[in-house]
Amino acid sequence: MDYQKQNISANDFEQCIKCTICTVYCPVAAVNINYPGPKQAGPDGERYRLKNPAFYDKALKYCLNCKRCEVSCPNNVKIGDIIQTARLRYDKSSPKLRDRILASTDFVGSMATKMAPIVNTMTALSPVKAGMDFFLAIDKHRQFPKYSGRTFVKWFKKEAPDQSVFKNQVTYYHGCYVNYNFPQLGKDVVKVLNAVGYGVNMLEKEKCCGVAKISNRLIDSAKKDAELNMASIRKAVKSGKGPVIGASSTCIFTMRDEYPHLLGVDNSDIRDDISMVIVFLYKLLEEGKIKLAFRPDFKMRIAYHTPCHMQKMGWAVYSKAMLKMIPGVDFIPLESMCCGIAGTYGFKKENYPYSQAIGQELFDAINAAKPDVVACDCETCKWQIEMSTPYPVMNPISIIADALDIEETKKLNSL
Amino acid sequence: MSAKTTPNPHYDVVIIGAGATGAGTARDCSRRGLKVLLVERLDFTAGATGRNHGLLHSGARYAVTDAESANECIRENMILRRVASHCVEETGGLFVSLPEDSLEYQKTFVEACQKSGIDAQIIDPEEAKRIEPAVNPEIVGAVKVPDGAVDPFRLTTANVIDARRHGADVLTYHEVTDFLRSGNRITGVVLRNHYTGDTKTVECDLVINAAGIWGHMIAEKAGAKINMFPAKGALLIFGHRVNNVVINRCRKPADADILVPGDTISLIGTTSSRVPFDEVDNMDVTSDEVDILLREGIKIAPALAYTRILRAYAGVRPLIASDDDPSGRSISRGIVCLDHATRDGIEGFMTISGGKLMTYRLMAEWATDMAMKKLGKTAVKCDTADVPLPGSDGNQECPKSKSSRKHIIELGTEQIAAQGRHGSLTCNISKGPEDDAMVCECEAVSVGEVKYAIDSLHVNNLVNLRRRTRMGMGTCQGGLCAARAASVMGEVLENEQKALTDLAGFVNERWKGMMPVAWGQTLVEQQFASWIYDGVCGLDKYAKK
Repeated sequence: MDYQKQNISANDFEQCIKCTICTVYCPVAAVNINYPGPKQAGPDGERYRLKNPAFYDKALKYCLNCKRCEVSCPNNVKIGDIIQTARLRYDKSSPKLRDRILASTDFVGSMATKMAPIVNTMTALSPVKAGMDFFLAIDKHRQFPKYSGRTFVKWFKKEAPDQSVFKNQVTYYHGCYVNYNFPQLGKDVVKVLNAVGYGVNMLEKEKCCGVAKISNRLIDSAKKDAELNMASIRKAVKSGKGPVIGASSTCIFTMRDEYPHLLGVDNSDIRDDISMVIVFLYKLLEEGKIKLAFRPDFKMRIAYHTPCHMQKMGWAVYSKAMLKMIPGVDFIPLESMCCGIAGTYGFKKENYPYSQAIGQELFDAINAAKPDVVACDCETCKWQIEMSTPYPVMNPISIIADALDIEETKKLNSL
Repeated sequence: MSAKTTPNPHYDVVIIGAGATGAGTARDCSRRGLKVLLVERLDFTAGATGRNHGLLHSGARYAVTDAESANECIRENMILRRVASHCVEETGGLFVSLPEDSLEYQKTFVEACQKSGIDAQIIDPEEAKRIEPAVNPEIVGAVKVPDGAVDPFRLTTANVIDARRHGADVLTYHEVTDFLRSGNRITGVVLRNHYTGDTKTVECDLVINAAGIWGHMIAEKAGAKINMFPAKGALLIFGHRVNNVVINRCRKPADADILVPGDTISLIGTTSSRVPFDEVDNMDVTSDEVDILLREGIKIAPALAYTRILRAYAGVRPLIASDDDPSGRSISRGIVCLDHATRDGIEGFMTISGGKLMTYRLMAEWATDMAMKKLGKTAVKCDTADVPLPGSDGNQECPKSKSSRKHIIELGTEQIAAQGRHGSLTCNISKGPEDDAMVCECEAVSVGEVKYAIDSLHVNNLVNLRRRTRMGMGTCQGGLCAARAASVMGEVLENEQKALTDLAGFVNERWKGMMPVAWGQTLVEQQFASWIYDGVCGLDKYAKK
């Protein structure tokens, strides 16, 4: 028989043997009784939705797309993908104004940076927060990320050192957060890469990775951005300026793993050329192509938090290894668990209590660890942890930039 | 409405067999004013009723060979859409011709359909592929017919509920072991309770034998000879819906040429082979049958080659030799309603058989007509073609269901699923945080639904529960849900020991159906279940050896 050799089904939903491990690892199911959990929302629900789309359960919107279900699945069922695909395919309601605003990171960012001081003051005022809570259902407890008066891209064009002097070239995908809110991380990336002899390029055109639009079901717009990003990345890679690397795990994860099946944007030819700065550095170090020198006086107690999408890509090991490499670092690995914010998810009033309940265990672990700094590769985890604990959060790249003895490193890399 | 366990001493009619025919006859008789006892040796739908395609035949399949059956089918098809709407899914059907099938046959077929009053329309194969993307893209011809899917479990249960509403008593797990006689007249039955072993006698004016293939033995016990032949038909259940429209092969009826979407799954069938009577209680599907079903099934829907198979099962069609042919070679596919007084000189005994699931209501009508006449009652018009079954009668008893979950205005999957199963009776399912908890996740059966089934639908064990709710019919085949269901049953029936033995039996029964297709994920699933039940829970010590 050459038939029945294997089961083939969309996102492997038929490979599910109903073991329920995914639901055990689901951060939402643990705190929200209204969410059926990944098994029921995913492979179980799919059988019903195939029978009739009317079986689509609106509670699927509680999924925060952390993909921890997929990490836990022993049979490689793409549970998170099944759920996200179902939301996109079967939820016919039009996304709310609030969701459109939260998802339009590029548009809102470019507006807000123009009047950053006003916006930052306004969004911190409690009457404004109460208003947004009342009119837009954006939870009033949430702290908004501050906008920068000048975008990273502007800094890079005007003030960054000349990148063409470096023999090696690489392209940096900065993402919305670095551009509009936190250029410092981008500056750190440039500083570290330059110190080891790599010139940094920007993509010809860069748009938001689309994660916020995807999770708010603005698919057409997300697809447009994705196609533009892929075209730019393809161009960079083909012209020898690859790989394209970023320092925000969710952006990189979305471009690598969500474009093909959620947006139908093919990235198979360049997927392996999209990576994280931290992975890029680690691999160069391991191959002996670069060397790092750290300041002898650097001391820091660091608790490392694994962002969900870093967990999904399996790359947290690189961040941990790089941080542990720094002499003077007192390293505390936190157990890998979701912080609860999941990007725009935690800003929504209806999700806020669940968002905080999900993160509570992590907050407790951080508080018990009493670190100087929490390290993590994701900006929205940073917002959540900084709001919910007294500790500052830094990207591992920024920590390395701080700890690096730049002159010594340059010498070691014969610059 | 709890089940009655002690029968009256006397009834107008005792009906043997609670398949669709027996249940339908019980409904019709009780609606026409007869005092009815329905007895079943095992459970409702335990025989051929629960082991077929669940196809709401348009009759097209019989049009070429048996115009009378075809015409009966299409008429009953239209009636069931009305009176049993919660058991029927109006999927529509296709008869497709593959390159090796003759388009001449298609012509004959369509003409025959039209003669029998079946709305068969030739459509462009491209249109057929659009209607049903799972169909083999190689098809060269397609005909659209009003096929559908019917759930035989729900259909039978609804008939039982209505019979009870009209005063019928119902006993499951009671076998007729003998008849009471007075001269050449049957005056009652001897019943043995399968659980306790107790026997009791019930007197009646008429016994109606509606026991399917087992009717052969019942008739023998009564002293009559019916030439029945058990014909085995095997089917495969696929893990999810491959198709949403019934796909038939447009050729002379043969093996594995119907693919039916039934609830959450798809079914391919059937094979056809004669089996001896001593095998009818224990049908095993052979590997040859699985091969035939797959090989032929793939031709109409290529996806079957790589879709997970949940289980295999077989039913027994009761074929009856025409009375005018003692050799038994001439088989009647139509309805056979026998008055054994005129035929065999046995008073107070009749048999209703032959026919098919599609015509169960018409069979019941014929049987009740004959019963009324034999009992000398004034003729009362049959109303089962017009009065909807319980569950299909609109929301007369039910206030509109509301989701019990906060924030979610729409119903959850389990609530929609329950409505699909019980129609307007869904309001009898209790709600609340505990009752909303899931027993069977694959088929979305809640604790409340299990409790409702135990209270009102003659559920004594997990197999009964499966037939009333679909618990254990999904992907895990009881691997996770059976234990939860057993727990609810043990609690409600206040007998944990019995629930444990029952659980062990149920898990083994599920394995029987998985064994013929135990490869790939189905085998992994079974190993996982066996590891939990045997390895972790030590259930094997409760299994009946």
